[in-house]
Amino acid sequence: MTEKIKFELDGRDVEAEVGETIWQVAKREGVTIPHLCWLPQPGYRADGNCRACMVEVEGERVLTASCQRKVAEGMKVKSASERAKKSREMVFELLIADQPEREESHDPASSFWNWVDDMGIDARSRYPRADRPAPDSTHAAIAVNLDSCINCGLCVRACREVQHNDVIGMAYRGHGSKPVFDFDIGMGHSTCVACGECVQACPTGALMEANLLDEKGKRVHFEDKSVDTLCPYCGVGCQTRVHVKDNKILYVDGRDGPANENRLCVKGRFGFDYIHHADRVTKPLIRREGVAKDADMQLRTENISDVFREATWEEALDFAASGLKKIADDKGGSALAGFGSAKGSNEEAYLFQKLIRQGFGTNNVDHCTRLCHASSVAALMEGLNSGAVSAPFMAAEDSDCMIVIGARPHQNHPVAATYLKDAAARGSKLIIMDPRGHDGGLERYASHHLQFKPGNDVALLNAMLNVIITEGMVDIQYVQAHTEGYEQLKKRVAEFTPEAMEPVCGIDAKTIREVARLYARSERSLIFWGMGVSQHTHGTDNARCLISLALVTGQIGRPGTGLHPLRGQNNVQGASDAGLIPMVYPDYISVEDPAVHAKFERLWGTKLDPKKGLTVVEIMRAIHNDEITGMYVMGENPAMSDPDAHHARGALAKLKHLVVQDIFVTETAWHADVILPASAHAEKWGTFTNTNRQVQLARPVVPPPGDARQDWELIQELAQRVGLDWSYKDVGEIFTEMAAVMPSLDNITWERLLDEDSVTYPCDDPEKPGNEIIFSNSFPTRSGRAKIVPAELLPPDELPDADYPMVLTTGRLLEHWHTGSMTRRAGNLDALEPEAIAGLNPRDMKRLGLEPGAFVDVTTRRGTIRIKSRVDRDVAEGMVFIPFCFAEAAANMLTNPKLDPLGKIPEFKFCAARVEKVDEKVPAEAAE
Amino acid sequence: MSEMTFKGGKAIHPGAGRRKAVPFPKGRVLAPEEKEAVAALIGPPPYERPLLIEYLHKIQDAEGCLPAGHLHGLATLMKLPMAEVYEVATFYAHFDVVPDDAERPAATTIRVCESLSCMMAGAEELISALQAEDMPNVRVVRAPCVGSCHTAPVCHIGHHHVDHADVAKVKKLALAGETHPEIPEYQTLGDYIEQGGYKVLRSCLAGDTSVDDVIASLSDGGLRGLGGAGFPTGRKWGFVRAEKGPRLMAVNGDEGEPGTFKDRHYLETRPHQFLEGMLIAAWAVEAEEVFIYMRDEYPAVIKILRDELPKLEAAGLIQNTKVSIRRGAGAYICGEESAMIESIEGKRGLPRHRPPYVAQVGIFDRPTLVNNVETLYWIPKIVEKGPDWFAEQGKNGGKGLRSYSVSGRVKKPGVVLTAAGSTIEELIELCGGMLDGHTFKGYLPGGASGGILPASMSDLPLDFGQLEKHGCFVGSHAVVILSDKDDMKDVALNLMRFFEDESCGQCTPCRNGTEKAVQLMSRETWDGPLLKDLAQVMTDASICGLGQAASNPLMSVIKFFPEDLE
Repeated sequence: MTEKIKFELDGRDVEAEVGETIWQVAKREGVTIPHLCWLPQPGYRADGNCRACMVEVEGERVLTASCQRKVAEGMKVKSASERAKKSREMVFELLIADQPEREESHDPASSFWNWVDDMGIDARSRYPRADRPAPDSTHAAIAVNLDSCINCGLCVRACREVQHNDVIGMAYRGHGSKPVFDFDIGMGHSTCVACGECVQACPTGALMEANLLDEKGKRVHFEDKSVDTLCPYCGVGCQTRVHVKDNKILYVDGRDGPANENRLCVKGRFGFDYIHHADRVTKPLIRREGVAKDADMQLRTENISDVFREATWEEALDFAASGLKKIADDKGGSALAGFGSAKGSNEEAYLFQKLIRQGFGTNNVDHCTRLCHASSVAALMEGLNSGAVSAPFMAAEDSDCMIVIGARPHQNHPVAATYLKDAAARGSKLIIMDPRGHDGGLERYASHHLQFKPGNDVALLNAMLNVIITEGMVDIQYVQAHTEGYEQLKKRVAEFTPEAMEPVCGIDAKTIREVARLYARSERSLIFWGMGVSQHTHGTDNARCLISLALVTGQIGRPGTGLHPLRGQNNVQGASDAGLIPMVYPDYISVEDPAVHAKFERLWGTKLDPKKGLTVVEIMRAIHNDEITGMYVMGENPAMSDPDAHHARGALAKLKHLVVQDIFVTETAWHADVILPASAHAEKWGTFTNTNRQVQLARPVVPPPGDARQDWELIQELAQRVGLDWSYKDVGEIFTEMAAVMPSLDNITWERLLDEDSVTYPCDDPEKPGNEIIFSNSFPTRSGRAKIVPAELLPPDELPDADYPMVLTTGRLLEHWHTGSMTRRAGNLDALEPEAIAGLNPRDMKRLGLEPGAFVDVTTRRGTIRIKSRVDRDVAEGMVFIPFCFAEAAANMLTNPKLDPLGKIPEFKFCAARVEKVDEKVPAEAAE
Repeated sequence: MSEMTFKGGKAIHPGAGRRKAVPFPKGRVLAPEEKEAVAALIGPPPYERPLLIEYLHKIQDAEGCLPAGHLHGLATLMKLPMAEVYEVATFYAHFDVVPDDAERPAATTIRVCESLSCMMAGAEELISALQAEDMPNVRVVRAPCVGSCHTAPVCHIGHHHVDHADVAKVKKLALAGETHPEIPEYQTLGDYIEQGGYKVLRSCLAGDTSVDDVIASLSDGGLRGLGGAGFPTGRKWGFVRAEKGPRLMAVNGDEGEPGTFKDRHYLETRPHQFLEGMLIAAWAVEAEEVFIYMRDEYPAVIKILRDELPKLEAAGLIQNTKVSIRRGAGAYICGEESAMIESIEGKRGLPRHRPPYVAQVGIFDRPTLVNNVETLYWIPKIVEKGPDWFAEQGKNGGKGLRSYSVSGRVKKPGVVLTAAGSTIEELIELCGGMLDGHTFKGYLPGGASGGILPASMSDLPLDFGQLEKHGCFVGSHAVVILSDKDDMKDVALNLMRFFEDESCGQCTPCRNGTEKAVQLMSRETWDGPLLKDLAQVMTDASICGLGQAASNPLMSVIKFFPEDLE
């Protein structure tokens, strides 16, 4: 389509592409036309309702809205005729009539008032004022002041067409029409998920960040600078613009990053103020002598000084390093272990594993990837020799069919979910497989929802494979050209007929067949999965089945196809890539490969541990077995995140020397000998690799508080104190060293990231973007073929019985991140989800005689927690769901530490439990 | 100190602890009974998105309102956002949405027409009197024109239409529970066929008549869109046929222009002549489906169509197409063809931008033929009797016959079928002259939006294209005769209030313009410059005809009746 349209704009001949609007061409030609309801941003459709952009087209009776009118050959447009200008000014005057006075307005810096300035219009209207809606202050994070609303409908498009959260409507009629939430109830009482897209889109300040306003609803806070950086939370990797005043974050906007296109979720937009929380550690702390450690310890902010004393940096670092060094000297490096964090940067992960390996000569270094996608990565490495996604989640847009299994992206990857919902709205078939419901999430967009019996993933998936094979839907050519092991799979799944699996997985054979056909026969099918797949003792088997599905149908390596394990933490991909794993060096090269081993010994100039190290849960066991006595934990919180947390806390308490580097005194830090105050995400430079393999740059927004220091500096300080001659000057230098040992980062340089902010790996050329879709021609295995590995049907480790008749499953809430150390200290998020809750099916609530909100005791073989009940239809009967973010009722006190044999991931998603009513009286009232 | 200081006790809560968690997931909690109740009303799935308004009607008809629980149940069954159901439900005047904490409305609703002709006939007094009456479980509300201006004042008790309404009559009927439509005597299928009906259609279906011949007849006969736009019908068909199929058709039966009642007249007397015309049109454009969009104010017509269509089906007259009735729900704007299309798709009636025109992108984005009821009504006759028969009946340069809906201060108001291009003098004459004691002062040539002309301009041919130079138009030929007893300021305000109520609210000039105009026009003195600026932006910048024409009466008063402003 190279044909151009020629037309006349203000007497000049101009050219346009087919489909361009008058406004777009005018903008390109330097002609300014005001606009309110038109937001020239990705995902926003021109609606043409505000009439602020009217222009005159010769020969037409009335004016036309330039934002939505497409140019046509020979058209003569007058953008600034008297008639057009008069109309636009009148539109503003009519709108001004109903606005609060500018001096009193909610946002005097809104785009509406900026246009009034630019157009030189009187800020007072000659027209009488209409009755205006009352303010709505029901939401903690968002102020709704519809007296400023101009009915432009941007909030409706933001909510329904951009984010597909589907809460806002434009109800009623005429001048009585107004945006409403659900059935015109308070925003805070509605199904609003507070993504804040409406706030970002609103041109008048009718929808605003509540914290920017005074009690009268007038904006009183304005930024003095804005910094382009990244969101600190999930693996989506949203790019943000953070607005700061006096070194405090005021508010956050989404930026047009490849993975978010200006979108954010509640955490990214409203969960920023944890970094300013009073609980921040701002001085190095050393445990007071004589204060014993105990697994049952509960430490409060107000008595931290009873346990820890402030120290100078010199003293704390010397103490931290000497303690570790002494253990290494006395018992060897294998008596030490390090936990890095998937919340840290690539550079921090690289330095951390380098310190543990180079400084202590052990491979006992791991991080929370072990607890999220270790089994997925194990299966992917086994089958494809690559642990990353084969396609970004934006590939959903090109798909015809999507399977989302064991994932709740609307809660855990909300911005990724918008792409899935958008694709489904466009017509791609969305199949959800999850024992829990998705009400308010993907449910509305799904063509199928298979609520199978928990823990029976393999039964369901093998039955699908059976259908694909027996009904002749295998892509034989693809299988022959690109895979090995098909025959074994065929043999294995022969007995897994849908009819045989129906009673096992609880999904009728007809549906299994239908879904298998839909997946196999669609032109382009894509699989997304999350921790519902991975966090099982058969997690690796679950993932093998998904890989087999893609391989036998050839649904991989093309646009709109592939395998996408949705990565949890913002840098779990990058931290794993950087070698923060006990079995591998950076880029997943086995520590037990002699050639590689030798290469790294040469590079790092020291003897390295030739055996793979221990994983997260294994390390805890090794502490109990007195094999490990010292640890360095950077940004990780195993006291909350590990299964059977009481056991894990016992291990931490048992350590002779525990160095914790963090921004808060976490539950893990309670057991520390020394706490090193570190920097938060918003305080540092660094690169982070998201779930799409996009390596992205974060910039510091504010300085760390008090004496807190950069994490990389602290790692280096310790390294120097244990005798390593490190002398990195800045983060860029670390990146450059890391990129030199990681071929996956070829063609991605620090300078390029400074320039482009985001580059996808693998990347073939310094001038070209990276490859979003991989495995187009072959797999990075020795044979170039992918290995199909059949899966066995294994039950979950701990099945319900008479004593523990229910199934406990754990996970997250939309508002809270991981162990809650950040989000529970974020004012808005704390206000939205303030207390520990356990989700129960209404039928179970009734059976147990529970009123909504009543307290229950949940008991497993590991322990008991007391927690508030919440009626939740999404939770299947016989199940109890508990988010693991709540310290006061820590779900992981209950979980089963039994591991998947290959991935070493614990079974967080299934254990036998008992729920009992307790007497504690708590009224079932709604929060204020 | 003891290590026990830090052991056990109430667990650590890193949150602020100021608020309590809600014991439910976000948003309204749906009770299973609510969903079941809706399922019982609307039947088993699949539920089609375009039928949302039809489903809402089923709930409203059964419950007398739309309780929030039912809306939630419906949203869940249809997999729609609550907001999407709510915005549609609250757009239409005939739906009574009842929030969770509110009381349901009275079981019986009396809607008293407050449009111009009824107000001139004492509707205001009727409303006050009825509201003062003690009628248990009855509520009295104001309603826009119900298409019976010649029998003003009128009201609806539920779906029961009352002509020449007075308090005693209305009260008696309301208390007796007379809420169902009364079906008038109309020409049956048998009678119509006996008189030669459906011959033209049969000839078309049999291939004995060609599409080109039919189009030529309509063009030569000068048939134009009688919904008000006056677009040549044959040409419109040609445009639609030029678009790639599959094509659809809609019949605009949303006769909401105050003062207009001709479509209702034909539908309630000779429905088959209209239906034959409709089926000829569907055949001509090869419409896969025809949607008859009928306003909810015409329940008798809906009943007639529901009774007659199966008979046509049985008689084999509906071939290669499918005919569905879509019931409006009280929104004047849905008479605007693109708003009507939105409503047919089950959405709020928001007019679309043009281009693209509905002939290109219409229902479900397919090429769509939209014709008015009366336009279709004349087709069998024109084809049967020939274009000349029709064309020659016009005068003063007009072609064909016109059905003027005449109401107001004349002795015998009603539908006047006469020559296109007739003048107001002739129409008054045909209506038995002015009412006794009334002197002709001015007239609305084209309903609420066609402006107001003074008695001094009584010799203008009332036809398309003739009145525009005076800031007026003939539109749907709804003529309201005004006399010396009528204050033009009040007339214009009544009309502007109508537009204010009926504006869809989509675009600023119309939404805010009508509201500001009503405020300004309610003042003792009109502010000329302010109103003129307002009229200008409404005319130039509104999306659709409603906003573009809403200021016509106001400008007419300023122009032709300055004495009434003093």
